[in-house]
Amino acid sequence: MPTLAIKGGRVVDPSQNLDAVADVLIEDGKVRSIGAAARADRVIDAKGLVVCPGLIDMHVHLREPGKEAAETIASGAAAAIAGGLTTIAAMPNTEPAVDTEAAAEFVVLQGKRAGMANVLPIGAVTKGRQGVELAEMGQLLRGGAVAFSDDGSPIQNADVMRRALQYAKMFDRAIISHAEDKDIVGSGVMNDGKISMILGLSGMSRVAEEIMVARDIALAAVTGGKLHIAHISVAGTVELVRAGKGKGVRVTAEATPHHFTLTDECVRGYDPVYKMNPPLRTKADVDAVKQGLADGSIDVIATDHAPHATEDKEVEFAAAPFGVIGMETLLPLVLTELVHGGVLTLSQAIAKLTVNPARVLGIAKGTLTPGADADVTILDPGCEWTIDPSRFRSKSRNCPFAGRKVRGRAVAVVVGGVLHQLESRP
Amino acid sequence: MSAAWTRRHLLGLEELSADEIRTVLDTAASFKEVSTRSIKKVPALRGKVVVNMFVEPSTRTKSSFTLAAMRLSADVLDFTPSTSSLSKGETLVDTAKNIEAMGIDFVVIRHPASGAPHMLSKVLRASVVNAGDGAHEHPTQGLLDIFTMREVKKRIEGLKVAIVGDLSYSRVARSNIWGLLKLGAEVIACGPSTLVPAAFKELGVRVSYNLDEIIGEVDVINLLRIQMERQKSNMFPSIREYARFFQINEERLKRAKPDVMIMHPGPMNRGVEISPEVADGERSVILKQVENGLAVRMAVLYLCSGAKEIPAAEESHADAGDQRR
Repeated sequence: MPTLAIKGGRVVDPSQNLDAVADVLIEDGKVRSIGAAARADRVIDAKGLVVCPGLIDMHVHLREPGKEAAETIASGAAAAIAGGLTTIAAMPNTEPAVDTEAAAEFVVLQGKRAGMANVLPIGAVTKGRQGVELAEMGQLLRGGAVAFSDDGSPIQNADVMRRALQYAKMFDRAIISHAEDKDIVGSGVMNDGKISMILGLSGMSRVAEEIMVARDIALAAVTGGKLHIAHISVAGTVELVRAGKGKGVRVTAEATPHHFTLTDECVRGYDPVYKMNPPLRTKADVDAVKQGLADGSIDVIATDHAPHATEDKEVEFAAAPFGVIGMETLLPLVLTELVHGGVLTLSQAIAKLTVNPARVLGIAKGTLTPGADADVTILDPGCEWTIDPSRFRSKSRNCPFAGRKVRGRAVAVVVGGVLHQLESRP
Repeated sequence: MSAAWTRRHLLGLEELSADEIRTVLDTAASFKEVSTRSIKKVPALRGKVVVNMFVEPSTRTKSSFTLAAMRLSADVLDFTPSTSSLSKGETLVDTAKNIEAMGIDFVVIRHPASGAPHMLSKVLRASVVNAGDGAHEHPTQGLLDIFTMREVKKRIEGLKVAIVGDLSYSRVARSNIWGLLKLGAEVIACGPSTLVPAAFKELGVRVSYNLDEIIGEVDVINLLRIQMERQKSNMFPSIREYARFFQINEERLKRAKPDVMIMHPGPMNRGVEISPEVADGERSVILKQVENGLAVRMAVLYLCSGAKEIPAAEESHADAGDQRR
């Protein structure tokens, strides 16, 4: 394999507290050194750019098998590259669900065939994601799974969740909780509050998330299991996670760009592109999520990339499926809203997209230490552009940020030593 | 007269200004006068086609819109899809575009999904008139309620109006609230705490859970239909208990102002939210509401057509000529 040198960039690697201008030398798919590279077969000039460990999105839905019209593993992995991501973790709510070793191996195999971003399966916690009997977690891990979740179908039975945390602890793997009390949410389609009242749409109460997060943190405390809270959307949940961490519970949490950028005011006009679960909340919640990101209560930024075919999504608001795509807008929104917006330093933001998700998933990625996999993202943090979903590599177009002016984008990624130059945008 | 109206669609009262609402009310008053003539038809919308698309059952609203369109000399097509996209099949947008391809000018839509009329207004060239969408708005009902209040009480500003019942699920309540607040009335939302979300306060509405406490101070009581199914989702324990606390009956009315107006958008549950004696009593304006609904819907179709002045009544031979075509 030819050697590759990324020269003159500002190397930001939170895993080793590094933020300095340096060259990154890559050899045989691994990081060889950081410093002054003597020579290489291929040289990339990164002057004025930021070089960081390859970005990880630990929460995506790739729809294969089952809904290939919305996304495939190949199209999702290509969308990841286009967004500057080198590793994505795919949720198991496919049809059928990823609840066996063979199903996990299929995801790994399709990811390898695509030859784009690394695709890691997340296995189901329970068989068929029914919330009743534990899935074969050990064998799922053998098949390539890195964590467990019944995402989209939260485990309603507290004892099943208790056993899952206990059992997964044996493998030191995280249970990712989509925290939602289904009885309280009922037929809700958006945040319960003033806007839902005006629009005449059924509300999803914030307390549905708080109840489940409180329950799961209590269960993690009693079992010593590793708990990760997906897509935090309300202020009360941020506080619960903060308090749980304060007591030494093994709990981590993630937030999505839409939950730190948009509010339920967007739903006026009834465009289903603003319908997702958990729903967009209020300005106070957005501020609390940003505060949680800033003080470290929220460890990870992930997209909950949820593609839907246009014909399924563009129907009456109440009838539309939940979910928005996000891989190709993740980095610009983090840079624009959080870094340029003064919430996080560049290094803090990169930590939440690299070393932090790698630790939650227990994978040896998210770092540029010599010997690590040569997954690298090269980004231009300042360039201004306008989000245009028609240019996306994802097969779906349900993006709530169309037409939004943003600053910053990825210009190239390296996955396992292989360089992918990204098309420049206007 | 219609100087304050430039809209092609009527989707709700939330987005209307006080002047626009007054324009509809004044136009409706003119049309009400037309209804007293021996020939009740004007050629305002001659050659125009109105499609009634009622994806949810309705008797009076649909009849009222049909009659309103006929009195304006429009042709009326009744289109009732057997399914909405809520229950699969062709999407609402496809259905509407297909009908539009036949050449139509108005779509009057009732739909169980809040926002369905908004969706159509974005893709159709025709005017879209909301005849009730989910729990969102029922603007012509709100307008006819306000028209009736103004007709009886001679004013809206300063009126104190109680809306009583299942406000959380009511499109009638929302349209009333927007219209009344814009015209300067005071609105009290009254009902069981499970059916009157506290969020209504954020609109400037007073919330009360005790009908007996407020009944003495209001000029108008607008009752909402109680959906029996709501009891199954624990919104209230029983119809009997609901009636005990929130039914308007003779006994309760003894504490009300002598000239209090009793309104109901229909269909009524006699013996639940209203006692039969009150429904048929002298303070009830329920049938006047139905009558005024026709004039208000004529005004709405007329204004959304962009017409500038109300033409004179049709000559009888012209009317016959219409029918020959």
